[in-house]
Amino acid sequence: MNATTIAQKEEFINLYLDNLDLITENSADVLNHARQEAIENFKLLGFPGPKNEKYKYLKVEPLFRSDFEKYFTPKCINFNVDDIFRCDIPSLDTHLALTLNGFYLNNPDFLMEIEHGVIIGSLAEAAKKYPNVVSKYYNTLANNDEDGLVALNTAFAQDGVFVYIPKGVVLEKPIQIINLLMSDENQLVQYRNLIVAEENAQANVVICDHTLSPSQFLSNVVTEVFTNRGANIDFVAMQNQHNDSIQFSHLFGNQERDSVLSTNSVSLHGGVIRNNIHILLNDEGCENHTYGLALADRNQHNDMYSFIDHAKPNCNSNELYKAILDDQATGAFNGRILVRKDAQQTQAFQSNNNLLLTADARMHTKPQLEIYADDVKCSHGATVGQLDMDAKFYMQSRGIGEREAKLLLMFGFAHDVVGKIKIDPLRIRIDELVNKRLRGELSRCHSCPMHCC
Amino acid sequence: MLKIKDLHAGINGNKILKGINLEVKAGEIHAIMGPNGSGKSTLSAVLTGRDIFEVTHGEIQFNGKNIFDLSPEERSREGLFLSFQYPVEIPGVSMVNFMKTALNEHRKHKGLDPLSASDFLKLMRERKELVEIDAALTNRAVNEGFSGGEKKKNEIFQMAMLEPKLAILDETDSGLDIDALRIVANGVNKLKTPDNATIVITHYQRLLDYIVPDFVHILYNGRIVKTGGKELALELEEKGYDWIKNTEEV
Repeated sequence: MNATTIAQKEEFINLYLDNLDLITENSADVLNHARQEAIENFKLLGFPGPKNEKYKYLKVEPLFRSDFEKYFTPKCINFNVDDIFRCDIPSLDTHLALTLNGFYLNNPDFLMEIEHGVIIGSLAEAAKKYPNVVSKYYNTLANNDEDGLVALNTAFAQDGVFVYIPKGVVLEKPIQIINLLMSDENQLVQYRNLIVAEENAQANVVICDHTLSPSQFLSNVVTEVFTNRGANIDFVAMQNQHNDSIQFSHLFGNQERDSVLSTNSVSLHGGVIRNNIHILLNDEGCENHTYGLALADRNQHNDMYSFIDHAKPNCNSNELYKAILDDQATGAFNGRILVRKDAQQTQAFQSNNNLLLTADARMHTKPQLEIYADDVKCSHGATVGQLDMDAKFYMQSRGIGEREAKLLLMFGFAHDVVGKIKIDPLRIRIDELVNKRLRGELSRCHSCPMHCC
Repeated sequence: MLKIKDLHAGINGNKILKGINLEVKAGEIHAIMGPNGSGKSTLSAVLTGRDIFEVTHGEIQFNGKNIFDLSPEERSREGLFLSFQYPVEIPGVSMVNFMKTALNEHRKHKGLDPLSASDFLKLMRERKELVEIDAALTNRAVNEGFSGGEKKKNEIFQMAMLEPKLAILDETDSGLDIDALRIVANGVNKLKTPDNATIVITHYQRLLDYIVPDFVHILYNGRIVKTGGKELALELEEKGYDWIKNTEEV
């Protein structure tokens, strides 16, 4: 461990100690109770270092620079949501939840109780109003003792989004969570989301990450998702921050018997993006889908780590992660599937395909499959390649220009992942955004006045 | 329409075409036959602009334009069409999207506005019937998972959509059963007008029972060694390629 690392680590520990009163005051007991242990963990673990195999291609500690401002009270920004943000995806009618710099934006209330007891709102408020529900789940999945960044989040997180779907409720309208970053100063935000689907509950959750000002942002976000028996959660995350932003996103999913959890992360823009996905298949009959698409150019870096833990028999998991890298962009995929000894009749599939558009773009891929059961069906594989020249010529021979042919090929490659999105208007819109992105146009919805990137 | 003069071409320094001369006029059907390795596929690749082949000598004029000044897509927009011997699968790109993009590029070249979605779909439906192609195929990705016969029918369907001036059918009969062969040939015949022309490249005389050529050329060792009417194909079928090889050596 070198001197800067120690300095950076000490700085965050001191920051915690100096601001503990402010942090706890602007949060809730359930979150506060987890802090002490988390900061102890962070003291032990520090930032993931160069010897940490999971962060091999990403130097973490230099990214946590001292000059990022940190706020422990919601900063008062004159902000009229309707003026600045309007998501108009036609026929995408959603329950909308917004956060601004990591704090839930009361629009108009901190907690919405909608049909059949569904709760959407501020995690801190929910922890005060429903401490029993929140404490039953909060911080029970996050691996604070393994990943220093997760511990750091737990120590500092004050708010975020809470979603609760009661037993048997099938929510027709998707829930859309929009995370906005806006500040005149460079800023670090660490917030926390908790999503709970009780027995046989079903919901679609769409998450959009945006930056609204050109300052540099560093986010370190933890999301815990619980799908209880027979529950079904479909998660789509669209990462669309500007290229001076750094984003660490840790998603933890727990699946109980016969539940279905799908996650689909589409990374359109962002300077450095690191997505960690941990899925625990904790009972029989579960189905998991983990999909991801990363589009990166210039000096962007997109990093994905996934861990699918088949702890129980008769579960299926299916993972597909694709990346298109242009210019000097770099990417990494580290996907681990663990089939434990008792997890017989497991079916687990993983595939990672990468397209490099230039000789300078670089992709590191490490598919891993560890099987301790003897009656399973598993596969994994990775490809790194260039555009198919035969296919390009075939299209040209039909009159399609070279650039257009390349775009169609890239779009087709990406659509494999986007096509998995089940909500039609959202899929169509993301297809459009991906198309624009590949054409080098800004990928924001054309009628949205928000200037994300 | 097409004039090839003393064309020499090869790949990686190997000479394949050694002086091809051929003239195709509007309304004509030409058949090019020849044994394996005679240069048939190289000729079609050079015509459509596959850049892995180098042209070392000669010229090709298409509608009065020097073809080597045109990119593959420009050749297509000018009315050149190749039915591939091995049509390429393009996962993730739907037939509809592919065809719409291609057709609109052709229309743009002619100074026409893009077709409206409904007009485009109507045209697709019409042309699908021409080649008796399964309606469901056009909802799939280009050639992905198509059977050999479906791929060849799809080539003729694309030809029907783009209405080329000169169509080159490269071994369109290979891998086709007799019913598919008849459908493909019928499609080609229906698309025939006095203003367009066709070059049929084939090993076998069989296809020429359905698509009757005006001229038959025999390609051997990079050159056209014999030219005749449709009866030449029958003679070749009877005597085999050894006949040509022996004649050549004599």
